[in-house]
Amino acid sequence: MCGIVGLYLKTSGLKDRLGEMFTPMLIEMTDRGPDSAGVAVYHAPAAEGQVKITAFHPDPAFDWAALAEAVSSELSVAIEHYPNDTHHVLISDGAAEVLEDALEAYDPLLQVMSAGTTIEIYKETGLPKEVAEKFGLEAMKGSHAVGHTRMATESAVTTAGSHPFSTGLDLCLVHNGSLSNHNRLREHLSTHRGIEFKTENDTEVAAAYVSDKMNSGRSLHEALEDSIKDLDGFYTFVVGTRDGFAVLRDPIACKPAVLAETEDYVAFASEYRALVDLPGIETAKVWEPEPAVVYSWGGQA
Amino acid sequence: MSGGQNIEVLDLSQSSLRDVNALLQGDAKPTGAFFKVINPRGAHALACGLDSEIEVEVEGHTGYYCAGMNKLARVVIKGNAGQGVAENMMSGEVRVTGDVSQSAGATAHGGLLVVEGNAAARCGISLKGGDIVVKGNVGHMSMFMAQAGTLVVLGDAGDALGDSLYEAQIYVRGSADNLGADCVEKEMREEHREKLQALLDKADCGEVAVSEFKRYGSARALYHFKPDNVDAY
Repeated sequence: MCGIVGLYLKTSGLKDRLGEMFTPMLIEMTDRGPDSAGVAVYHAPAAEGQVKITAFHPDPAFDWAALAEAVSSELSVAIEHYPNDTHHVLISDGAAEVLEDALEAYDPLLQVMSAGTTIEIYKETGLPKEVAEKFGLEAMKGSHAVGHTRMATESAVTTAGSHPFSTGLDLCLVHNGSLSNHNRLREHLSTHRGIEFKTENDTEVAAAYVSDKMNSGRSLHEALEDSIKDLDGFYTFVVGTRDGFAVLRDPIACKPAVLAETEDYVAFASEYRALVDLPGIETAKVWEPEPAVVYSWGGQA
Repeated sequence: MSGGQNIEVLDLSQSSLRDVNALLQGDAKPTGAFFKVINPRGAHALACGLDSEIEVEVEGHTGYYCAGMNKLARVVIKGNAGQGVAENMMSGEVRVTGDVSQSAGATAHGGLLVVEGNAAARCGISLKGGDIVVKGNVGHMSMFMAQAGTLVVLGDAGDALGDSLYEAQIYVRGSADNLGADCVEKEMREEHREKLQALLDKADCGEVAVSEFKRYGSARALYHFKPDNVDAY
């Protein structure tokens, strides 16, 4: 069991309230996943030509300034950086992939959580409430957010094994369920598509599958349609991209899902109770997404 | 609700779920007592295990297993209901004005479940004698292994309807293009028309013509071991 939530604002009117609306949704799903929690927040886009990377280091005393200086001089790029608890946000005019490699090569314990222009991923072991407080989730503004509360079944309870998973620029995926063909698919994606995997987690494979499809020109909506035939197992997915948001359930609908939509937002949760404090929920269209049907908003959908 | 009686309002933003359920389940309630539950906030297991002739009206969407194991009571949910609404109902009536999630009315032995909207997958799974009327559509695998009782669908039925069905009856007005193993269309005789009309009346949609429905039931081909299949064991 896991809990997943997502909130996508259709208009800019509520963007200052994203964190305030989203945090109670995440915390309400604690019963479904008390091991660890994670969020991807799409906010504060980097300036034109810049990339934003979120990274984590398990050592609280890790010297981020020294890292920034070393990578900056190695690659001859500018790096601004600021902390958010155990995570760090780095903004640079370098190329995302080169930066990611250089950061992870500097210290093998450092993990890049996300890269892109808008996405920031924060995830940690512990209760969702503690994780939300640690990273100041409630005060975050932005366009959309995706979150996960984890009860682990497939791999270890660690920060790296927590969701969301990001395998492409500005892309994140959260998952409730378990995939049965992830080993073979991981091998295929790493052998034939050159994708590097960071964990043994099944969800990382799903995220990599979707980003690989999108890299070869499929839209978010189409990439998820493809995944219905290639991914085997139980899943409810919520996927975020720079400007898109999508939901997919497996064909036999093993895992729960509720969607709510108003003129201002689309909200997803594993259970309706996570949505009850959203503004206008009383009159929102509330429904259970159909199995094997892709629902998407924004992006190239 | 009959007129002139007292309404007791139970506010789930003020009282705990456990207290509200204990009150609804407890003794010392006159027959026909009427309770209105407000601010359900998607709570699970609300109004479960009721066992007296009371009426409960829930204002808003509920979580899992609302009105589960219901006996004698009449529960109206004004909103959507989550998984397993009225599961294992013994008698009484549960009515949902919106949609219901998966496994609505699962294993119900008796009583009537009416869904004004759509029901998701596995509606009436393992039904044991209850009646279910869904005014919209039902999802896939509805009535899987249902043993007794009736499902009436005014809309369409999803894939694998009535898979491995026993002696339960299914009536569908819309399409039922994909029947499950051992589920077949059957002749609609007078006794079936009467039974269907009675259920439609109870569900307040008696104006819908029974002639628009088709009846489905078990071909009874899975009941017995076939010597041809001996190699499979």
